[in-house]
Amino acid sequence: MKLYCLSGHPTLPCNVLKFKSTTIMLDCGLDMTSTLNFLPLPLVQSPRLSNLPGWSLKDGNVFLDKELKECSGHVFVDSVPEFCLPETELIDLSTVDVILISNYHCMMALPYITEHTGFTGTVYATEPTVQIGRLLMEELVNFIERVPKAQSASLWKNKDIQRLLPSPLKDAVEVSTWRRCYTMQEVNSALSKIQLVGYSQKIELFGAVQVTPLSSGYALGSSNWIIQSHYEKVSYVSGSSLLTTHPQPMDQASLKNSDVLILTGLTQIPTANPDGMVGEFCSNLALTVRNGGNVLVPCYPSGVIYDLLECLYQYIDSAGLSSIPFYFISPVANSSLEFSQIFAEWLCHNKQTKVYLPEPPFPHAELIQTNKLKHYPSIHGDFSNDFRQPCVVFTGHPSLRFGDVVHFMELWGKSSLNTVIFTEPDFSYLEALAPYQPLAMKCIYCPIDTRLNFIQVSKLLKEVQPLHVVCPEQYTQPPPAQSHRVDLMVDCQPPAMSYRRAEVLALPFKRRYEKIEIMPELADSLVPMEIKPGISLATVSAVLHTKDNKHVLQPPPRPAQPTGGKKRKRASDDIPDCKVLKPLLSGSIPVDQFVQTLEKHGFSDIKVEDTAKGHIVLLQEAETLIQIEEDSTHIICDDDEVLRVRLRDLVLKFLQKF
Amino acid sequence: MDPECARLLPALCAVLADPRQPVADDTCLEKLLDWFKAVTEAGSSLLLLQENPCLVELLFHVLKPQDLSSRILSFALRLAGTFAAQENCFQYLQGDPSLFVASAAGQLLVHVLDLAMRGPAKGHGRLQAQDWPACAQRIVCHLEDCLCSEAAPRVTQALHVLTTAFGHCHGLWTQGLWVQLSPLVARLLEKDPMPAPHALVELLLSVARSSVPSSNPGLWETAAQTLSRLSPMQAGPLAAGILKLQDCPQALRTQAFGVLLRPLACVLEATAQAPGTPGLLEGAAGDPMAVDMLPPSKSACVGLLCSTLAHLELLQPLPQRPSPWPQAPLLAAAVTILRFCNGSAAPSSEVGGRLCAMLVGCVRVQRAALDFLGVLSQGLGPRELVTQVFAVLLEYLMSPDSSPTVLKKAFQATLRWLLSSAVPPGCCDLEPRAQLVLRELLAVLQKRLCSPCWEVRDSGLEFLTQMTRRWGGQAGFRQTLLASEVPKLASQLLQDPESYVRASAVAAAGQLSSQGLLAAPSSPEHPAGPQKTPLEELLLVLTTDSEGFPRRAAMRVFTEWLRDGHMAVAEDRERFMARVLQAASGDLDWEVRVQGLELALIFLQQLLGARSPGAAPPGALAQALRALCRVQLFEFAFRSLFDCDRPVAQKSCDLLLFLRAKAAPSSSPQEAGDSPDVAPVEAALQRWRAGEQGQPLGELAPEAVLAVLRSMDLEALRDTLAESSDHVERSPQSLLQDVLAAVGVLGDNEADCY
Repeated sequence: MKLYCLSGHPTLPCNVLKFKSTTIMLDCGLDMTSTLNFLPLPLVQSPRLSNLPGWSLKDGNVFLDKELKECSGHVFVDSVPEFCLPETELIDLSTVDVILISNYHCMMALPYITEHTGFTGTVYATEPTVQIGRLLMEELVNFIERVPKAQSASLWKNKDIQRLLPSPLKDAVEVSTWRRCYTMQEVNSALSKIQLVGYSQKIELFGAVQVTPLSSGYALGSSNWIIQSHYEKVSYVSGSSLLTTHPQPMDQASLKNSDVLILTGLTQIPTANPDGMVGEFCSNLALTVRNGGNVLVPCYPSGVIYDLLECLYQYIDSAGLSSIPFYFISPVANSSLEFSQIFAEWLCHNKQTKVYLPEPPFPHAELIQTNKLKHYPSIHGDFSNDFRQPCVVFTGHPSLRFGDVVHFMELWGKSSLNTVIFTEPDFSYLEALAPYQPLAMKCIYCPIDTRLNFIQVSKLLKEVQPLHVVCPEQYTQPPPAQSHRVDLMVDCQPPAMSYRRAEVLALPFKRRYEKIEIMPELADSLVPMEIKPGISLATVSAVLHTKDNKHVLQPPPRPAQPTGGKKRKRASDDIPDCKVLKPLLSGSIPVDQFVQTLEKHGFSDIKVEDTAKGHIVLLQEAETLIQIEEDSTHIICDDDEVLRVRLRDLVLKFLQKF
Repeated sequence: MDPECARLLPALCAVLADPRQPVADDTCLEKLLDWFKAVTEAGSSLLLLQENPCLVELLFHVLKPQDLSSRILSFALRLAGTFAAQENCFQYLQGDPSLFVASAAGQLLVHVLDLAMRGPAKGHGRLQAQDWPACAQRIVCHLEDCLCSEAAPRVTQALHVLTTAFGHCHGLWTQGLWVQLSPLVARLLEKDPMPAPHALVELLLSVARSSVPSSNPGLWETAAQTLSRLSPMQAGPLAAGILKLQDCPQALRTQAFGVLLRPLACVLEATAQAPGTPGLLEGAAGDPMAVDMLPPSKSACVGLLCSTLAHLELLQPLPQRPSPWPQAPLLAAAVTILRFCNGSAAPSSEVGGRLCAMLVGCVRVQRAALDFLGVLSQGLGPRELVTQVFAVLLEYLMSPDSSPTVLKKAFQATLRWLLSSAVPPGCCDLEPRAQLVLRELLAVLQKRLCSPCWEVRDSGLEFLTQMTRRWGGQAGFRQTLLASEVPKLASQLLQDPESYVRASAVAAAGQLSSQGLLAAPSSPEHPAGPQKTPLEELLLVLTTDSEGFPRRAAMRVFTEWLRDGHMAVAEDRERFMARVLQAASGDLDWEVRVQGLELALIFLQQLLGARSPGAAPPGALAQALRALCRVQLFEFAFRSLFDCDRPVAQKSCDLLLFLRAKAAPSSSPQEAGDSPDVAPVEAALQRWRAGEQGQPLGELAPEAVLAVLRSMDLEALRDTLAESSDHVERSPQSLLQDVLAAVGVLGDNEADCY
């Protein structure tokens, strides 16, 4: 069993598991942090961005000044943003049989895999994962395609040139493999390969293994996966949460007794407690608005935003903010808000019950009804008519490199009354802000990451007791900035195996058993014999059929009728000779009684010698030797077949036959 | 004992002695015991037993082995102890599995021992063991057996009995008892593992507090030995107990203090302290410190740190606390613990790494350390340490991860430190460092007042109120506060959905307004709305808030404003009084009504002079009476006399008594010639007394008020009110009746069966 690690990002994993002749890809996350190296794509012409000076080498060489621009001491690529794909060279991706998706954030690289690698298999995911994943992809494509950029910089990627660049460009990995965003056509084609599954549904893969999605509690439709054969069980834990937010709670019990547990998708901010952060978010929002400032919340169009809107729903009246408009701007804002209300079966119990009242499960419906929350596909159109300040704007993209958020950063960045509150943990907020410096706007960092923290992980591992844990190397040591926090790492026995990008791990367990089915008519013919209390044995003569990874014992064919033809028999046509069935023997031979029996039957001059393995009975007169050992008995006589048979029958008297 | 109770007693005893009767609950029995105790204290118990033979019968009856409930058994034993009864009943009882019975038997044993020893000891001074009465010898022998036993419960039982004996008996014989038993106790200390360590510690402390040490200094050696043998967790209570003793050898105190300090010393050791920093244990303990003495499990380590901090917190204010008190290292330790808890400490060793993992995010330790840090503000500290204290407090106040309870404690500790770092009196400003802290504090407070968690908003407001009360007059504070959003936010919180927060906002607004620091409230909701004065705002709360807390808070603020002569009140005091009294008198919450009367009393005192004893000058009195009539104080006061809530009636009674005392007989209105018409007033009072509260009083003449006041027997009323409202229900007679009544039902049912 092998694990091919195609992504080094612990929360955007992409691994391939080879298990029992199947090749299973676990998630295909897309690392978008690469876009932080690019200049933002403004929706409206930005004089500031277009007038940034070109970058020149220390020696004054300016050949890169078209591709690289400098802003407040940082250098950015002036080009269409590009993404860092999972490894495509480590394993032939056309051999991947299935792709299991655990949540909508972990499927963003799907079009690259399904459309460009010769992939012919099936993708499995839950319905909300697919629907919201589609929204995220649609938003991404829309954000990038609606601001066409003529230039595609590539000079800087040359290895010799990259060495000369300042950090972080100098240290960016695998830049040659970075790719531009996919198209909507590719998205649609990729999504058409997905087969929908429900929690706890058992999906057979080629008869060899069974895969099952389990609720992981992190997002609508998010799953962990069980991959098991009859005797082996691998659990794949991706983004999971034990907090009570909107999704169905995490199913922990089904992860028990795994041989291997692959652990990814833990919280990216282990020191920030989501409850505290939500409080911080609300307080800073209220403070800004009370002072007449605007609040900008860069976010994804689905996920934490539902919980934030719910908190605000409870909070705005008490904080006296009910007249402040809340805007949600995304090409998929409307679909996201509506989708969330119809996935009732994927919600937590509390929200499910609301559906029967009937009440919308999420209170943002009421915010929309009362006009407190308004949503728009973009800043153009209706929004510009309705826009009123001070206000709160939720919009993407959290990287601040594309989407409507770029416009608001340019618009509000100059005033210290305004605040940008970062809630998504995927991007470093300092790097995200770098191309907007100098910035007067207040910046608040309230990362809300509801995924498991290390305390929860250690409890989970104690509870489900996997034999081996495999996780990204980042989880096996404290965070670099807090090397003393030994509590911020996975702590288990035996220590977790770690992986990094482009590594192949041999998973530490051997398969020992295979299940074989016996056909009913064959089973019917068996005559078990109890050899010990509770243990019965029967001999089976059968033909073993193996097809589609299933093994079946069938009754042996009847003796072949003599065929008239003169065809020569081929070796492969040989069938086992079933007629000369010899009974199997069991039991042990008590030497003293055996000797007595021999004497009774006329043998005399018998001598017994003890050996390391048993006994030797010497019949001196007959010049014969009977060697009795635990699992064999030999009669050695000098070419006297009659004597041998006599002795053999005496030996057999002491043994059971079946 | 009154005759009625004596009449009921035989029936009660019969009920108690009957195992078939389901005798009322434990509280009933406790109350009965209390009553018997009171009766025996009032008179001779011998007489009591002679007059009520049923009691003796009950005790004898209980002693027979039978199917009695353990509650009754324990009751009877304690009763017997109270009466100092027979002595031959305890041995078989002491091992009873019921905790109540065992404890009662233990107490009885001590009682009997004390009685037995007291007689012969008189005049003889200390007796030798062989001269003790047979009964005492038997008891001591029994205890000796127990102490030598291998069964832990027996040892524990004996230790408990001895603890009680040394704690409650003060005869010289206890010294002899210790001489007799101390070798056995010493032997217990040598066992591994030590049996019943908690009970041993209690015994040692009980002996140490008795008269034994004066004649038997060996005790101190035993204590020292115990301290070194016990685990840190077990030794803590002993060490703390020793340090609280008035009189004990210095060496032992030093050792005990070392035990208490050791966990904190470990904490300090675990973070890289620069060499040369005074350690906690330098000179405090002779033994080399084991750095890894901290327990390996998280819960044990947290427990040890919390109890250590709690012991030291209790010790700090005591006059007999160890001297020199290591203020600086203790401060450093408290700061370090808090840093471990928020993950900002940099551990320098493996122990430190472990501590970090165990303490990070631990709310229990955070609370204990913040409490301790607050207490340490009583002493000074090196400048850089105090800077660290403020820094760590600010970290806690700012951190989004601080739980509401931790935050509250952090606010309290900050306030204490700000108070302690105040500049000498006479200078009208905060010292520069406090001034800097204050600026950051207000920024934090601003954010906390917007918290979605009401507990946080509440403690933020409390903190603001206290800060304003203390520094509201100081220029630096005023300037910083007015430059912040805090006053505006505070008045916005008068509309908070949570009533506790509204109450705290009322208090804060009251305090800010007193100091002239309250900006006119405005919210983004109504930016241009008509602005109300603080007085109007609070009157609105008093008249419209649906919850009691904010209204009570408003009354407290008004009382304070009246007392301190707040400008808004002083402008038109009578109008203010009339409006507030009108609102308070009709309030459904009795505390608001009591506060209303308190306000009225202050008003009265301001009119008539509270300090000067005796009657007020007639002119002033007449003027005051007219003012009181105008604000309709009398209607409120008279009505309150018949209030269904006793404290309101009492307060009103006090108020009227004060007024009557001020209106001397000389200023009788009769002198004026015509007698006032009191009939309508008396008629109204009559109806109010009868419960017809709807009746208005109408216009009142000052003369009529005085006449009515004089005709009323306010003293008698006060005495009646002074008796608790449940004085009838709480009488012993009622108790006996209740017990019997509960059983009476059963009796009826039994009769039905036939």
